[in-house]
Amino acid sequence: MFDKEQLKSIKAKKEEWDCGPVEKVCAKFPERRSVFTTISGEEVDRLYTPADVADLDYENKLGFPGEYPFTRGVQPTMYRGRLWTMRQYAGFGTARETNARYRYLLKQGQTGLSVAFDLPTQSGYDSDHPLSMGEVGKVGVAIDSIDDMRVLFDQIPLDKVTTSMTINAPATVLLAMYLALAEAQDVPYDKVGGTVQNDILKEIICRGQYIYPPLPSMRLTVDLIKYCYEYVPRWNTISISGYHIREAGSTAAQEMAFTIANGISYVQACMDAGMEIDSFGPRLSFFYNAFTNVLEEVAKFRAGRRYWAKIMKERFGAKNPRSMMMRYHVQTGGVTLTAQQPLNNVVRVALQTLATAYGGAQSLHTNSFDEALCLPTEEAVTVALRTQQIVAEESGAADSIDPLAGSYYVEAMTDRIEEEIDEYIKKIDAMGGTLKAIEEGYIQREIQDSAYRFQKEIEANERIYVGINKYTMEEPPLKNLLKVDPKQQEIETEKLKKFRAARDQEVWKSALDRLDEVSRTDENVMPAVIEAVKAKATVGEVCDVWRNIWGEYRPKEFV
Amino acid sequence: MTAKKRVKIIMAKPGLDGHDRGAKLLARVFAEAGMEVVYTGLRQTPEMIVDAALQEDADVVGLSSLSGVHNYFFPRVVQLLKEKGLDDVLVVGGGIIPEEDVAELKKAGVAAIFGPGTRTDDIIKFIEDNVSRS
Amino acid sequence: MDDLVAAVLQGSVKAMARLITLVENEDARALQIMGAIYPHTGNAYVLGITGSPGTGKSTLTDKITSILREREQTVGVIAVDPSSPFTGGALLGDRIRMQRSSGDAEVFIRSMATRGTLGGLARTTNDVVKIMDAFGKNWVIVETVGVGQDEVEIAKTADTTIVVLAPGLGDTIQSMKAGVMEIADLYVVNKADRSGADELVNEVTFRVEQDAHIRKAVWKPPVVKTIALENQGTNSLMEAIEEHRSFLRQSGKLRKNRREKTRQETLALLREEISRNVLERVLGNGRFDALIDDIVAHKKDPYTSVQEIVRTIFPEE
Repeated sequence: MFDKEQLKSIKAKKEEWDCGPVEKVCAKFPERRSVFTTISGEEVDRLYTPADVADLDYENKLGFPGEYPFTRGVQPTMYRGRLWTMRQYAGFGTARETNARYRYLLKQGQTGLSVAFDLPTQSGYDSDHPLSMGEVGKVGVAIDSIDDMRVLFDQIPLDKVTTSMTINAPATVLLAMYLALAEAQDVPYDKVGGTVQNDILKEIICRGQYIYPPLPSMRLTVDLIKYCYEYVPRWNTISISGYHIREAGSTAAQEMAFTIANGISYVQACMDAGMEIDSFGPRLSFFYNAFTNVLEEVAKFRAGRRYWAKIMKERFGAKNPRSMMMRYHVQTGGVTLTAQQPLNNVVRVALQTLATAYGGAQSLHTNSFDEALCLPTEEAVTVALRTQQIVAEESGAADSIDPLAGSYYVEAMTDRIEEEIDEYIKKIDAMGGTLKAIEEGYIQREIQDSAYRFQKEIEANERIYVGINKYTMEEPPLKNLLKVDPKQQEIETEKLKKFRAARDQEVWKSALDRLDEVSRTDENVMPAVIEAVKAKATVGEVCDVWRNIWGEYRPKEFV
Repeated sequence: MTAKKRVKIIMAKPGLDGHDRGAKLLARVFAEAGMEVVYTGLRQTPEMIVDAALQEDADVVGLSSLSGVHNYFFPRVVQLLKEKGLDDVLVVGGGIIPEEDVAELKKAGVAAIFGPGTRTDDIIKFIEDNVSRS
Repeated sequence: MDDLVAAVLQGSVKAMARLITLVENEDARALQIMGAIYPHTGNAYVLGITGSPGTGKSTLTDKITSILREREQTVGVIAVDPSSPFTGGALLGDRIRMQRSSGDAEVFIRSMATRGTLGGLARTTNDVVKIMDAFGKNWVIVETVGVGQDEVEIAKTADTTIVVLAPGLGDTIQSMKAGVMEIADLYVVNKADRSGADELVNEVTFRVEQDAHIRKAVWKPPVVKTIALENQGTNSLMEAIEEHRSFLRQSGKLRKNRREKTRQETLALLREEISRNVLERVLGNGRFDALIDDIVAHKKDPYTSVQEIVRTIFPEE
């Protein structure tokens, strides 16, 4: 970008400046710290100059929005055309209550729905299962059957909204219910749009909502991808998630690296199942975290986009540019929120939203300020949504594409994170792939070590967290927290009992038998799952069919 | 050299919640503080936790929950411990627990609740000060 | 304390757990406790499981326990993990992989930290085995630390010692210490679905043949292939264990081995008792420091002095 003579002169002058004025000032007034680092522990220099981006080849490394390698964004006009989708993850209690929250959010201008399921649903247990005790309707909505699904989307036309479902191990089952519901609403499959998370590897690495061993789990993942490619073309079949990896304590670069490593595994699995890279490549999507260090986050997103494009093109031979695009959803960092002085979280979320906008995300969920304390109240959810709207409409961040490109700092950081990603991918390849690296506990340990380092930094006051280790104060506890009715489980259990008694037992039984049969072959399970849920099989019953065949996964824990 | 008595602690995640960053981090920190830490992992029922406490003759049971099930699980663990005659086991908890629930949990027999942002050395000090050394 | 022992003998799990802690802490009452326990021991069959980290010892232990439970045998499990030499603390993580068995009232799992003892076991593991034995467990399974050090102590405790290997861990017989060959009553090549498993089996079998030839051994350790996670080969492993057990019984070796173990144990206790006694007396009267002064000043020599001390304590006839 700069000619050699110019660079030489800049380098020389930088050295003069370092040894001259800087040294003089530092001698009198030492800098606040001897080393400055980002929240991920990346060292940050005092000043960045063109010398730090000397080999920045604009056309190859940055290019133009909507063009390979997509560093500057995946669409030609980005937010000048359409703002990112504001999608608030919500769900609690019964399907009825959640439906009311959805309709409220749609009325407030939200453009897509996002379903949070309770933990029993996520781990494939019905509400009346012993392990569901205490969990029903707690962190999301309890869905046991097609009837619950119908209530959840009551008066919401499935061809008018897109729905993102945070569901992994039983993703096939919940998608089947959604499709069955669309059918009942007379909406053809090709008009149905949305996303299932369907990312089992990160469940095994750090989120814990797994059911089956990795191999059969991957088979379900691939079956869903394959089925949607053929019949539900607008569905995003997987949301490869770094969000939880970051929440578990990873650095920004690790978040991107391990997510891409998982992505590589899924692509490989689909190709091994005989799919063409460009058939499913365009439907892969990603899900990331955004922390408060704006510039590091922006660099992370840019580096990830560039690296993924390269992987898809060079490693997997994708031809369709859409296969090379890393499209992603972002959620602001849950672990960055403090229970102390919770209103400060509004500011954190605003900065994270800014980072997301500068980074070029396709959709965003902003956390509510009270989430370190409880499930978000309606007031807090509204502020969170308004935060996005302010950044989108008032800040100007959405008006020019990738506006931080060319910043010496951001470009240098982008390169550095990309290098780190590359090192991890090479290491994982050498170990024999992600599954092996997970089995050996390598990825888990890397994340835990980062979490540990961070905690030690906070406790040693080497890193400042407002309200935690500096600017603390006594404060009265927050009032009016959202509570879920503890009677929930009884209500759901009662409902389930009636539901089971009322269904046609023969149809139900034969649908489950058919599923069992198909699951033991190489045939795609999706059609049989759709038939089973239509025959009123519950989430737990479908999952039990597979538990019987494949057993349950017990991971090795690495502390 | 005779072995001196060491604090033995069970670290458990009751219920289906998979967020184990805090539990694992504390397991490591407790071991560094000289304790013997039995990490039981995810998806523990109160019965499993109490069984572990019984067999390991634990001094402390540490429970972590971020999914809002503390009001059900924590008192249940305390109650089962009592039923097994393990009244002297110190039960502490952490995670996302609203202030307004804390009093109720303490009344149920949970000795302390450590919310997000608690310093780990404060937790260690609490345990060392309150563990009963019979 | 007698109450505690009585309660253990009557089947109180809580009492057993507390008693183990007392013994583990080398409480002043420990010797007396073990004395009261001893008459009730000798019935359990003790299985030792050792091998490098990552070979799957805990999972195998879990599977063997399941099989024993199907046969209505009661089981005690001792899982040993290392203590940190710096902080003395320990992370005891084996229990996680044995959860199939937890919740079963007839299975008692106890984690132990080494507390500075080398050799793969804690100093008091052997006593804990006895407590579980006296409690009435039919089987006691001891899983060693498995940090790759010279873990041969287990053979002094177990009736049958299983050495677990797995392909891809750089685990070759060549790299194993000679001692391991001597303690193994049977070998398991676990994770047998990994590449290199057959080579490892061949290599071990070859070494076993060679060794049996040199030593003219009557028992030739079998090599069993397993994939413990998928429950493959675990029944054959159990058969091999049973075979070794009947071999020990029929050949009279079980009694012979146990006699030798008792001899070693008693000797060790005697040594400890003597040294404790002697030291107490020598260090108790304050004359020892004076003696050291004399030795430092070269007025006396340590060799003769020690002889003199012992002679005063144990006068000849």
